[in-house]
Amino acid sequence: MTTATSDDHPTRRDFLFVATGAAATVGGLASLWPFVSQMNPDASTIAAGAPIEVDLSPIADGQDIKVFWRGKPIYIMHRTKKQVEEAQQVPLSDLKDPATDQSRVKEGHDQWLVVIGICTHLGCIPIAHEGNYDGFFCPCHGSQYDSSGRIRQGPAPLNLAVPPYAFLSDTKIQIG
Amino acid sequence: MSGPSDYKPSHPALQWFERRLPILSLVHSSFVAYPTPRNLNYWWTFGAILSVMLGIQILTGVVLAMHYTPNADLAFRSVELIVRDVNFGWLLRNMHAVGASMFFFAVYVHMFRGLYYGSYKEPREVLWILGVIIYLLMMATGFMGYVLPWGQMSFWGATVITNLFSAFPYVGDTIVTLLWGGYSVGNPTLNRFFSLHYLLPFLIAGVVVLHVWALHVAGQNNPDGIEVKTDKDTVPFTPHATIKDMFGVAVFLLLYAWFIFYMPNYLGDADNYIPANPAQTPAHIVPEWYYLPFYAMLRSIPNKLAGVLVMFSSILILVFLPWLDSAKTRSCKYRPLAKQFFWIFVVVCILLGYLGSQPPEGIYVIAGRILTACYFAYFLIVLPLLSVIERPRATPNSIADAVLAKTGSKSIPMVPTVIAIMIGGGLLIGSAQNARAEEDTPPAQKWSFSGPFGKYDRGALQRGLKIYKEVCSNCHSLNYIAFRNLADPGGPGYSEAQVAALASEYKIKDGPNDQGEMFERPGRPADYFPAPFANEQAARAANGGGLPPDLSLIAKARSYERGFPYFIFDFFTQFQEQGPNYVSAILQGFEDKPPAGVTIPDGSYYNKYFPGHAIKMPKPLSDGQVTFDDGSPATLAQYAHDVTTFLMWAAEPKMEARKQLGFQVFVILIIFVFLMYFTKKKVWADAH
Ligand code: FES
Repeated sequence: MTTATSDDHPTRRDFLFVATGAAATVGGLASLWPFVSQMNPDASTIAAGAPIEVDLSPIADGQDIKVFWRGKPIYIMHRTKKQVEEAQQVPLSDLKDPATDQSRVKEGHDQWLVVIGICTHLGCIPIAHEGNYDGFFCPCHGSQYDSSGRIRQGPAPLNLAVPPYAFLSDTKIQIG
Repeated sequence: MSGPSDYKPSHPALQWFERRLPILSLVHSSFVAYPTPRNLNYWWTFGAILSVMLGIQILTGVVLAMHYTPNADLAFRSVELIVRDVNFGWLLRNMHAVGASMFFFAVYVHMFRGLYYGSYKEPREVLWILGVIIYLLMMATGFMGYVLPWGQMSFWGATVITNLFSAFPYVGDTIVTLLWGGYSVGNPTLNRFFSLHYLLPFLIAGVVVLHVWALHVAGQNNPDGIEVKTDKDTVPFTPHATIKDMFGVAVFLLLYAWFIFYMPNYLGDADNYIPANPAQTPAHIVPEWYYLPFYAMLRSIPNKLAGVLVMFSSILILVFLPWLDSAKTRSCKYRPLAKQFFWIFVVVCILLGYLGSQPPEGIYVIAGRILTACYFAYFLIVLPLLSVIERPRATPNSIADAVLAKTGSKSIPMVPTVIAIMIGGGLLIGSAQNARAEEDTPPAQKWSFSGPFGKYDRGALQRGLKIYKEVCSNCHSLNYIAFRNLADPGGPGYSEAQVAALASEYKIKDGPNDQGEMFERPGRPADYFPAPFANEQAARAANGGGLPPDLSLIAKARSYERGFPYFIFDFFTQFQEQGPNYVSAILQGFEDKPPAGVTIPDGSYYNKYFPGHAIKMPKPLSDGQVTFDDGSPATLAQYAHDVTTFLMWAAEPKMEARKQLGFQVFVILIIFVFLMYFTKKKVWADAH
């Protein structure tokens, strides 16, 4: 009796097993999704990451401030003439991650450098106005960035990143 | 146990590994080749169901701990933020909270099954005692988990349960202080409960391993309670038991999903949506349903120490069960008397549970004492006596014979069923009378959001927001709602731009600035609705000593007794709208003149539906007070409906997503259950 049922409809039996197995697999995988998705930033974190406005008027020539956006330190540096010139005159061939100074600032606002203050090596915060290039020096493993935030020396592979920002007026920027 | 496995992996790499750590053959001999009695019925699938539930609880628990903050000031809020902000947070939280109940439900079935079929008898005593230990650990874990959301029931449950230990002479108070880490339940208590709540499930998992080990040494019991003799009595664990267990699990998941997606608050207590308040005890302290029978026994004893001892011994007595019942026949199937007493015992436990949920007064106290006596009599008198006097029917020679003869009487036992119906009918009538006496129950309203496909009425949400802004917000905060939520899917449906404009109308306190001073700025979508008062004291001072409650959760934090049998119907009809009915009734329940014979203290107002009738809030809404742009009538009934809808959304902002996902899950689960059923039939076709 047993062999009769199983041998009569081999395909039907196989189909049933495959369908059940497939349903279990798909269902199991789908129910894993919430457990992965919950690791992403939650709604309040995303909302808190909205753009911020920064008033530049209090920052004097040669000074810099650090603001936080999405938990990241953002350096806003009011560069001196000397710093701007240095940054513009470096030949691209000297650079590890070639980029012109113009491409890293907003047109007409050459004196303002806005970069994410996170070393591209392993994430330490470089110190402003230190190092050999009038820019930034990372104390962790000695990376040095110039006055345009470009990597010049040390283990870091890339220039300091420029966050998305725009000038709302001559003295106000919006980051994000 | 089938002895050392002769399993040999085919791949050379696995053979290499197997010679060094024979884990594959251990798994093979325990879960694949393991001989299972072929007469097991579906009650035996609860072992697998429990393993699955333990896994789900640990998984969801670990994930929730990633978002939860075990601090007395932050815990309640962090749980709300999990539900509101974390991706699928509402799902994970429901799974965990409902999962605890499902876990207990399954363990009770599992325990009663063991009781009925004599699974505790020689040679399975240690197996049974390990089970009792698991159950005790579960109770401790469940209790501490219930404390973590730090609502009113959490706090007062923790207070009451820890105070149980104060009953012990001399050492009691020392123990209680030790448990609290302070002079009352507080932040240190919460912290250590969190730590232990995280630890204990892993202990449970460890004891479960021992439990399964002991099971595999003694072999599974079975409905006929006779030992396996030959190979003909058994089927291999895989695929037979595995498939059957999986089918059982799938059906169980249907029940579980019903609660998760449609009735997440059915098993909880409305009071736990009120943040813990050490200055005020809720009117009824009721533990979670799975502790109710023991709570009833505790309360029915008029002496503190005796009550505590009775409660603890009601569980510990289970340890001695293998020796209290010395009858040789295991299964009640062949014990006509024991079978009847078993069902009576089941009814006693259910009734004790019902009593535990009722206020300890009048007839309930007496009934509690009688039933407590019955509970202990079952173990101490009935079972030992039956072991001596009962004449069991003859058991079949072997499991194979039992299966072929199909001797088991499938008919429902008469006597206990009749008793159950009588008692049930009595309760029904009794509470129907109760219901008649209470005409202050809020009238049931029609809500667009009720039922499995319920959705919020966008118009009502927008009008309700207007009422909140113009009227309620003068006294009531809405702490858990951010402006951005107004643009969330399933909400009032405003656009991002509308929300930004609305937010900027508010002044939000921010700071400190570079000068170290706080300042005010226009609101942003990420800001929360500002509270009308700076702190609780200011709120009380402005409101004649009363504290206007935060409204974010009010539609879930208020409820009323549904009573037997309605709470049973509610499970099927998905009735969850006590809160909205109540809020709406309060808004419309004000009367200028209290009825004759009712005096209302100065500074309070008469409200028909407020418990005690004297409410501190003056009538907040009257006809014509708020005008709507969409032409909806400016009547109190309309206001009550709209603002209640808005508050329900505020309390349960993810409801539409929940019900939508619930529908999808049900479609898939039902298909899966059918597939499993036919697969199971195929696999078992040659075993029956
Ligand atoms: S992190 Fe900056 S140099 Fe390594």
